[in-house]
Amino acid sequence: MINVWTIAKREYRLYFSSPVAYMLAFFLFLVLGFFFSYSIQIAASAMGMQQGYVPGVDITLQPMAVMLVLLTPALTTRLLAEERRLGTIELLMTAPVRDWELVVGKWLGAFMLLLTYLAVSLIYPMILNQLISPGVDQGPLLTGYLGLILLSAATVAVGVFVSSLFSNQIAAFAATMGVVIFLWWIISVIGQVAGQTGGATELARYLDYSGHFYDNLLRGVVDLRDVTYYLSVTALSLFLSAMSIEVRRWG
Amino acid sequence: MIRVEGLTKDYGLRRAIEDLTFDAQKGEILGFLGPNGAGKTTTMRILTGYMPPTSGTAQVAGFDVVDQSLEVRRRVGYMPETVPLYPDMTVFDYLKFMADLRQVADAEDRVDELLERLGLLDRAESYIANLSKGMRQRVGLAQALVHSPEVLILDEPTIGLDPVQIIEVRNLIKELGKDHTILLSTHILSEAQQVCNRVMIINRGRIVAEDTPERLQDRLTGSRRVSVQVGGDGDGLASVVAAVPGVARLMEKEDGRLEFETVPGMDPRAEVARAVIQAGYDLLEMRPYGVSLEEIFLELTRDEPTPPQPAEEELLDESISDLKDLNLKS
Repeated sequence: MINVWTIAKREYRLYFSSPVAYMLAFFLFLVLGFFFSYSIQIAASAMGMQQGYVPGVDITLQPMAVMLVLLTPALTTRLLAEERRLGTIELLMTAPVRDWELVVGKWLGAFMLLLTYLAVSLIYPMILNQLISPGVDQGPLLTGYLGLILLSAATVAVGVFVSSLFSNQIAAFAATMGVVIFLWWIISVIGQVAGQTGGATELARYLDYSGHFYDNLLRGVVDLRDVTYYLSVTALSLFLSAMSIEVRRWG
Repeated sequence: MIRVEGLTKDYGLRRAIEDLTFDAQKGEILGFLGPNGAGKTTTMRILTGYMPPTSGTAQVAGFDVVDQSLEVRRRVGYMPETVPLYPDMTVFDYLKFMADLRQVADAEDRVDELLERLGLLDRAESYIANLSKGMRQRVGLAQALVHSPEVLILDEPTIGLDPVQIIEVRNLIKELGKDHTILLSTHILSEAQQVCNRVMIINRGRIVAEDTPERLQDRLTGSRRVSVQVGGDGDGLASVVAAVPGVARLMEKEDGRLEFETVPGMDPRAEVARAVIQAGYDLLEMRPYGVSLEEIFLELTRDEPTPPQPAEEELLDESISDLKDLNLKS
């Protein structure tokens, strides 16, 4: 277990000793800041006043979800693909570290960086809380952040798995991006095309990566199915990553 | 410490090593000698728990490499051929990371100790990306030593170093051999000769010979080679020496110097010396030397006779692996 922490700590630090953590933070908070101030301006405008528009926490959480999904490939691509390219994977695989400890450590390192971003982003709801009365709705705030945490965990895990398959980082990045876009957008499109009812629609709805977040967690509803969904994606991806490393030992 | 029996590894259809059996005792420096692609790295990877063998068993420090892989990995220090380092970490951070992974108590003190021992103290805060090849090699060694392993496995530890660094690393290995069991691979013959207590010659995945460097020479040649130097140009010296019983294969080298091989089991040196002096020559030097491992190696891996001139420090090229192997063990 301590090995997981050793590996995670190294990954987390490495993000900050390279430009990666700062660059991603720049993009993330640029976009969040834009949406936040835009929403506040609309609410403060004459039209917004007339219509009684009161911005909720979703003005931050919604773009945050999309950004996390899009930025994760940049974080996770490196994790195992680079180890393979540098040959350092040989070091880790001959150290007294179990394959799953390696995988979970890598995952935790990237996940902790996203958690850091999430913590920083709390500043927007705090500002919003000052601007509107009677303050922000606590329910969607809590479940929304729970959703973002689950979403980050699952997306990073998917990234770790894709990274475990490649030694070329560009290939790994493109593949992760493809998988993430498929999960986030394409599945829901398939669901819509498949029609309103039927097994295929049901399946698409259950697999819809974004739906579990938008439809429930962002609205203050915690459904065990959504939590289970994200945790399952996380566990399955990490399991497959460990398998992928194990398989390579036999190669 | 290391015990290998019938080890075989296939990569798809290609057989990398076949039925290897050997062992290494505590405190022994065992050299693994062979051309590129002979199966040295594969064997080492199996012993370090990197990958399992196709068949056969291997035990390191009393633990099975497949069933008790983690126990083996705890007791082995491994330096792969391309020293795997993280270029974006400092030397200290890297070694600290490896020490933490190995769960070394007082990791920082241990890292400092190793930095000092390997002459890396002034580089502790340098990024690995900025280190020279020799420095990287040292960091790689430090990494393998960080948990004071019982067994050290070093894959081509001196490859790519300059002559001064090579000597440094060899001396270091010899010193380490006092408290560690070391298995090292090399394709430089003189290195195996200088550093190892025992040498295994491996070609195309099979062990073709195994012994101490000295005995390997004796056993394979059965004869010794002696060089004789006299004053002057030494006219007629050859016929004098050739007349002594026990002298075989005489070669005149240059004016006043010749070399002969002894008939196996005989030592005619005293008679040669007497004959040379009685014939009126000034005997300046008489020096026996063994056939170099390189020649043995070539003999083992090729069936045509090899040129007798011993070459120091020469790397064998890839073509040797294509040469016919000849199992002299049988």
